[in-house]
Amino acid sequence: MSAVSTAGAAARPWSRGLASLRATGPAGVASAVVIAAAMFAAAFGPLLAPYNPDLPNLSLAWAGPTGGHLLGYDVEGRDVLSRLLAGAQTAMLGPLAVVILSVTAGTLLAVTAAWRRGASDAVISSGLDIVFAFPGILLAVLAAAVFGAGLPAAAIALSIAYLPYIARVLRGAALRERSQPYVAALEVQGAPAASICLRHVIPNIGPLIAAQATILFGSAMIDLAAISFLGLGVQPPAANWGVMISENQVGIVQGYPLPALAAGICIVTVVIAVNVLGERLFDQARAARR
Amino acid sequence: MLPASLLVASFVIFAALYLAPGSPIAALSGGRPLPPGSVQILEQRYHLNEPFLAQYWYWLDNALHGNLGISITLRENVSTLIASRIWTTAGLVLYASVIIVVLGIGLGVVSGLRPGALDTSALVVTAVSAAIPAFVAAIVLIMLFAVKLGWFPALGNGTGFASNVRHFTLPAVALATVSLGIVARVTRASVRQEGDREYVQTAVSRGLPARAVIQRHIVRNAAIPITTITGITIASLIAVSAVVEVAFSLNGLGSYLVQAAQTKDLAVVQGISLVLVTAFVVVNLLVDVLCAMLDPRVTLGSDRR
Repeated sequence: MSAVSTAGAAARPWSRGLASLRATGPAGVASAVVIAAAMFAAAFGPLLAPYNPDLPNLSLAWAGPTGGHLLGYDVEGRDVLSRLLAGAQTAMLGPLAVVILSVTAGTLLAVTAAWRRGASDAVISSGLDIVFAFPGILLAVLAAAVFGAGLPAAAIALSIAYLPYIARVLRGAALRERSQPYVAALEVQGAPAASICLRHVIPNIGPLIAAQATILFGSAMIDLAAISFLGLGVQPPAANWGVMISENQVGIVQGYPLPALAAGICIVTVVIAVNVLGERLFDQARAARR
Repeated sequence: MLPASLLVASFVIFAALYLAPGSPIAALSGGRPLPPGSVQILEQRYHLNEPFLAQYWYWLDNALHGNLGISITLRENVSTLIASRIWTTAGLVLYASVIIVVLGIGLGVVSGLRPGALDTSALVVTAVSAAIPAFVAAIVLIMLFAVKLGWFPALGNGTGFASNVRHFTLPAVALATVSLGIVARVTRASVRQEGDREYVQTAVSRGLPARAVIQRHIVRNAAIPITTITGITIASLIAVSAVVEVAFSLNGLGSYLVQAAQTKDLAVVQGISLVLVTAFVVVNLLVDVLCAMLDPRVTLGSDRR
């Protein structure tokens, strides 16, 4: 990466983002398309659903695919395709909230620690070491025990649990950036620390932040779906991919695997896409640093 | 660092559940109104009328002596309940760790050393495996190996060692899936990176046998990142085990923790959280120790970043 962030590139983050996406190759672009489709379903899923996703009809329970119902019916006779589309909302927006929260907080902590060093760095780093003692799922279960089961508590718990993973990597990158001559030059010119961090340091570690955020989305999706599967996240009868698997798990043993499998395939497809894209972005960020 | 970390973690666990809404007296009485005399007796017995820090101290002191309080729903000692379930979770995590170490590292080393068709297919398989959450792996495994083929039981713990192993096989595979993919990919990348180094090319061009180069140079130098990622992912299984235990109806710590969280059995939640956090921290410490043993340049207690 060039040491000095040029004003033009910083002014057009979208075109720069598109260019780096194109550089991830066909697998990266295909992954981005899958993610975009899932995000579209998350935004408009309930409107796209051909039937009411929450309307049970027990006489149709476990009925297989028919003309108007491409994926058949679930354990309570609800249309599986409609529930998948409606369930995309919490399945996608939950991890998105986790990523936004933990990446924002993690970046601020990492850059603060790297910029001020000394006591601030020691306090932030040992605080992160303490948080590191709590695995994400355990913190989410604790949050459910204290605040009651639900998606918001689980999402906040995961955002906190992911902090050390993201902040440690970004702190290292920010430390390297801080020792660059251009930072010293700006300091000598009298630029305020906040403006150097916000306008130069953070944009320059931007590719690494983007790669971290992408990989983190995959973990958040798996963990949040797991918490909903455990009955501590999104509460049934609301449609959600994790909830659909736990609701329809009995179907696996009874010979009706489709409803549970369909939800599982949705999760796995999005996570593969996110991981592939994240890996490419990491390679890019690493190559750019050399 | 270890005792400090655990002390703060124990404080967080106690404080979080102390702040939970609902009074402990109501939980003890099952919501029935009690005469003021018995309320006073209960308050005294459980130190409920003392300040927060004193209560934390009593709890920690008791916990260190193996007394984690009473489960409100089962009316039994939490320590006894944990002791009867801990081996399910430990066995499951251990079984999954063996799978991850043997298959994950093995696959990673082989595909790292031999570019070609095998490597390419291994990359695809591990990318998929790293994206299959444990509960999705669980339903697929139950469908294929329990329902269709009937090779393994779908649910339960089993009795006796042989039966335990049979019952734990599918859960252990489900638990290992994600980590297997991650460990194999990181192993492959580290082996490939070492194999491309100049000193390896020098060793090869000097005519050293491939075996010696691989064993003495490539694998040895790639061992640190491999140990780190394997350790971190195995430590994470301690919590993910809950998901697998619920999916396979196994009677372990994780499924009990989830049940206790749902019924607000706070003494149980505190006790199991404390055990799981301790195990997680200890495993991570072991990884650091192992890395220091593998590479004398790594020193313990220094700034690892």
